[in-house]
Amino acid sequence: MEHYTMNLNLKVWRQQNAAAKGGFKLYRVENISSEMSFLEMFDVLNEQLIHDGEDPITFDHDCREGICGSCSMYIDGKPHGPWQANTTCQLHMRAFKDGDTIVVEPWRADSFPVIKDLMVDRTAFDRIIQAGGYISVNTGNAVDGNSLPIPKDDADASFAAAMCIGCGACVAACKNSSAMLFVSAKVAHLALLPQGEPERRSRVLNMVAQMDKEGFGACTNTGACEATCPKEISLSNIARLNQEYTLASLTAK
Amino acid sequence: MTWKQVFTSSIGKKLVMGFTGIFLILFLIVHVGLNACIWVPDGGETFNKAAHFMGSMIVPRILEIGLFAGFFLHIIQGYLLTVQNRSKRSVGYAVDYGNRGSKWYSRSMGILGTLILLFLIMHIYHFWTPSRLGGMWNIHELGTVMYNGKEYHDLFNEMRIVFAGNLVIVIVYVLGCISLGYHLAHGFKSAFRTLGVHNNRYFDMIKATGYAFAIIVPLAFAMMPVSYYLGWV
Ligand code: SF4
Ligand code: FES
Repeated sequence: MEHYTMNLNLKVWRQQNAAAKGGFKLYRVENISSEMSFLEMFDVLNEQLIHDGEDPITFDHDCREGICGSCSMYIDGKPHGPWQANTTCQLHMRAFKDGDTIVVEPWRADSFPVIKDLMVDRTAFDRIIQAGGYISVNTGNAVDGNSLPIPKDDADASFAAAMCIGCGACVAACKNSSAMLFVSAKVAHLALLPQGEPERRSRVLNMVAQMDKEGFGACTNTGACEATCPKEISLSNIARLNQEYTLASLTAK
Repeated sequence: MTWKQVFTSSIGKKLVMGFTGIFLILFLIVHVGLNACIWVPDGGETFNKAAHFMGSMIVPRILEIGLFAGFFLHIIQGYLLTVQNRSKRSVGYAVDYGNRGSKWYSRSMGILGTLILLFLIMHIYHFWTPSRLGGMWNIHELGTVMYNGKEYHDLFNEMRIVFAGNLVIVIVYVLGCISLGYHLAHGFKSAFRTLGVHNNRYFDMIKATGYAFAIIVPLAFAMMPVSYYLGWV
């Protein structure tokens, strides 16, 4: 694609801290290259703000290569911006045209309180993982990975679920602020493998209990999460989670 | 783990919605099947006898109590879920994801359900109260007909009284059926998702059945008032 530069208007959510009442501020950035990533465009804007003696915009980022899940911007009404199966850091400015106005908001959910500007607190996800997103192994020599036979289809499905980077876009996109796609990916990932078998029941019960405690909503299968997920985690994982939960809760002591 | 914990968890609440939803879907099959008897060209005899069977036999009467319980649970739980889910995001978005990420009717189950509920209240008033409680507390009573020396409620004629010449009522019924259609278009497959169907081979089948059901059943229902209005029966 031909390289081009563009001038843009940005409408960005600014909020001092969790308690403050935030609001949108308008900014203008000029000579933005179509080759830049969305975050690089924000870097340019922040340089400009620092130069003007203003407070730069706070946003989360780490790897900038689509694998860590920390970048989180709700761009023009869609988490991670207009492209499919993509993270904010991998969104490139060629997605926009000269003169566009882009609205950027933080993930919005009471379970993800705003820390500052576009950065939200996603430690609720960490606590859900701590509640059961692990397997217990004895220490000692590492076991040969191939010593346990795993059907190829299960391994593939488990791997597809393990792709989840915990970004929280599913929560941001969902009208119920439900974290079910995330939790279902983590549960399915381990439930499909023999290594996950011993804690299979307690895992799903504990993770769902923690999810509810964190105040996420209940899934109504609208599919907005699947549509926005950068890793294309399938909605059928949620059905699997439901099945795992139903069996575990009905048979629990 | 207590039963309370199971059914008050987010997934437990959804299980209640799913189970009662499927139960109500089964009821719709019975209801539409019975009512389709109005199109049997015998002046309503088959229909009146079928309705009489449902009203006089013990099993359908017990199921009817279950039906009211099912409706009640589905409605109450539905409203609770809608309100709770809404409360999870106190600051909304300036730009909505909207129809780019999901179908409008999948996000509008509460509103569609409310329209169906309003319809249902009117519908119960039109037909259920006169046939079950007619005569008590000044409630209007159904007319009767004789078949082979036996007296039956003339529900067939009651439908004519309600629909024939009443364009507004017919339109309201058709709108009720359209709401039901959209509610089912999402609800049918969603119920099975909630019950844990993740095998795509089965789920594709369920999805196709759900869409067909959501069109055929409400359409058949909607044709009933229309048929009376246009004088087809
Ligand atoms: S399921 Fe997708 S959208 Fe949700 S946290 Fe994982 S990667 Fe992000
Ligand atoms: S910064 Fe790591 S995924 Fe975007």
